[in-house]
Amino acid sequence: MATAAKKAPAKAKSDSKSQSAPVTPKPADFTKEQDVAAYREMLLIRRFEEKAGQLYGMGFIGGFCHLYIGQEAVVTGLQMSLIEGDQMITAYRDHGHMLAMGLSARGVMAELAGRRGGLSKGKGGSMHMFSKEKHFYGGHGIVGAQVSLGTGLAFANRYRENPNVSVTYFGDGAANQGQVYESFNMASLWKLPVIYVIENNRYAMGTAVSRASAETDFSQRGLSFKIPGIQVDGMDVRAVKAAGDLATEWCRSGNGPIILEMQTYRYRGHSMSDPAKYRSKDEVQKMRSEHDPIEQVKARLIAKKWASEDDLKAVDKDVRDIVADAADFAQTDPEPDVAELWTDILI
Amino acid sequence: MPIEILMPALSPTMEEGNLSKWLKNEGDKIVAGDVIAEIETDKATMEVEAVDEGILGKQLIAAGTEGVKVNTPIAVLLQDGESAADIGKGAAPAKAEAPATAAAPAAAAPAAAPVAAAPKTEVAADPDIPAGTEMVSTTVREALRDAMAEEMRRDGDVFIMGEEVAEYQGAYKITQGLLQEFGPRRVVDTPITEHGFAGVGVGAAMAGLRPIVEFMTFNFAMQAIDQIVNSAAKTLYMSGGQMGAPIVFRGPSGAAARVAAQHSQCYAAWYSHIPGLKVVMPYSAADAKGLLKAAIRDPNPVIFLENEILYGHSFDVPKLDDFVLPIGKARIHKTGKDVTIVSFGIGMTYAIKAEAELRAMGIDVEIIDLRTIRPLDFDTIIASVKKTNRLVVVEEGYPQSSVGDFIANQVSQRAFDHLDAPVITIAGKDVPMPYAANLEKLALPNVGEVIEAVKAVTYR
Repeated sequence: MATAAKKAPAKAKSDSKSQSAPVTPKPADFTKEQDVAAYREMLLIRRFEEKAGQLYGMGFIGGFCHLYIGQEAVVTGLQMSLIEGDQMITAYRDHGHMLAMGLSARGVMAELAGRRGGLSKGKGGSMHMFSKEKHFYGGHGIVGAQVSLGTGLAFANRYRENPNVSVTYFGDGAANQGQVYESFNMASLWKLPVIYVIENNRYAMGTAVSRASAETDFSQRGLSFKIPGIQVDGMDVRAVKAAGDLATEWCRSGNGPIILEMQTYRYRGHSMSDPAKYRSKDEVQKMRSEHDPIEQVKARLIAKKWASEDDLKAVDKDVRDIVADAADFAQTDPEPDVAELWTDILI
Repeated sequence: MPIEILMPALSPTMEEGNLSKWLKNEGDKIVAGDVIAEIETDKATMEVEAVDEGILGKQLIAAGTEGVKVNTPIAVLLQDGESAADIGKGAAPAKAEAPATAAAPAAAAPAAAPVAAAPKTEVAADPDIPAGTEMVSTTVREALRDAMAEEMRRDGDVFIMGEEVAEYQGAYKITQGLLQEFGPRRVVDTPITEHGFAGVGVGAAMAGLRPIVEFMTFNFAMQAIDQIVNSAAKTLYMSGGQMGAPIVFRGPSGAAARVAAQHSQCYAAWYSHIPGLKVVMPYSAADAKGLLKAAIRDPNPVIFLENEILYGHSFDVPKLDDFVLPIGKARIHKTGKDVTIVSFGIGMTYAIKAEAELRAMGIDVEIIDLRTIRPLDFDTIIASVKKTNRLVVVEEGYPQSSVGDFIANQVSQRAFDHLDAPVITIAGKDVPMPYAANLEKLALPNVGEVIEAVKAVTYR
């Protein structure tokens, strides 16, 4: 029995293509420029999110607001592996994804505040933002829905025979939705160029992974569909970049989909209204002090003498200025014109 | 300038809370991320994290204070070089207008800004069919196939996906021959996975392709309704007009014959509820062809509701190179002066049979075939009611919140003075579809009911 069970996946792998099944690569060797860029990008996301949290507390941001603090290395590292035209789609914890794709902090913050200068003219809000120009397809509030949509983006790439990949993000919670597996099946069947990035931050809202998932190794969730997967240290931007390189190469070579389980952690509650009582303070503190994605890069930059404390302070100031400007803009930009109520329903 | 720390909101609805305890004392150095206090509401306890750095200059609200309003300053943070003496010196960068604008926009908006009525869009008239155009007797099934084939020839971005659409040639043979002409890249057999392939279709549409998604029946699309409503219909609005989903979802809807409860349901009213969708439900083959071509070209998501029983019915279809009909325009099937019957899809069969009998009784009926359920062509309905002063609506769907109910409501609001009788709506019975032949017949509308309704509104 045991032998048979072991044999099956091995055979599945050999079936798919000559290329052998991917294994977790070593973290990428970053140049000074790459480390500095990653530091800056992650810091921008963190400071932006801190400010968003503050503005939420002040009542400037309404509804739900899900912060990305702690998970910054995932989008930052993956973004470094993409080429022009690659698409990104995610769920509702999306501010960091948009900043990583190069969308303006002003546009994102103004959307959070429901202002006319927001990316969706104030009509989408925190969970629903898009950018055709940057190939960002949302920003989706229905857990798991973006997985089928992202598979459809990959379908369009294959249909058009272009080299692009669809980077489809979802969480450990969404990984239990049925349509995820419907999508896995079609993506594998049709060899669609889609990278399924499972951001495993250990808690689906308040439910720990082990309480919700029979198989907690999310990289294995594609096995019945012959989709290979690897686990990646999602707190180390270099590990993420290496995995991104591997995955984009895998997809662009026509091998079909691949799963990257990003092992990460969110420091804040699920949303602003979640006090996160389902985990200990020690657990959060341990993550922050031992695995913080930004501190890791900072320590490396200092140790390698690639940057001085003053250099890093300058980056910090720069980032704070961008965020302050975005916050000012979001607070002074007018609300949408009332005529906007009736626009963009149909073309 | 000292920075005020404000009482934060834990949720969109929180207006006040208790400051249960301070975790930092006056004089403590604070760095961003430090937990400085705990606040609580009846629902939750939450930590207040500092966003800025500095020295905690003063606690303005004592620990244990209840009912602290959101946005009340609770402490003052001093910056480098500032001392407690600076407190009060213009310390209010807290953007005092914040709560005012944010707190009650929902309540204030309607009063402040009288919401403009929805803008009216002009709908084109049916294209003129030149005199002498050859009319070809065509089944609805063939008309639908021809429409898709013509559009696929015209635009390489159009493709069809669904269960059994390719090699099997369509569960109801609507896609007959398409695989042979267009190949498997554009005629895509999917696994039995409605939720998934609806989402894949919407994603492909968001990327700019023009998918036609066939549901073997719209009953199965219940598994996919989230992708249709939340993804396809709303993306244009949520993206501020940047991207939408030019996609057609089509397939049979409504009762067929003896397939019972789970396979016999009309979806016209369901989808007509959703802003961001267009809903088309043709009766004749000509309308099926002209409207399906229009739906495929439409940049919006279109729900195209067919009927299994009508697939085999033949109608005259004009032999034109490019016969496209306007979505959103009803068709006057027959003019009359005594009473208006509005119907759509297979409901038209009851209206047409009733009209023949009513004519024999001397009642001159006008029949309007809606063709499109959303946007609904009220201009045509109301013009007719102003002429006949009497209205009966016929459909197969369930009675509550039906298409007919909405029409009756709108007509009573827009043309009340023109009505000489209450509007009567005829719908399927308010029961799941039974299997037994006699019960199924009872559950559906029938010609007798239509005749009785017309007699009632004409006081005959």
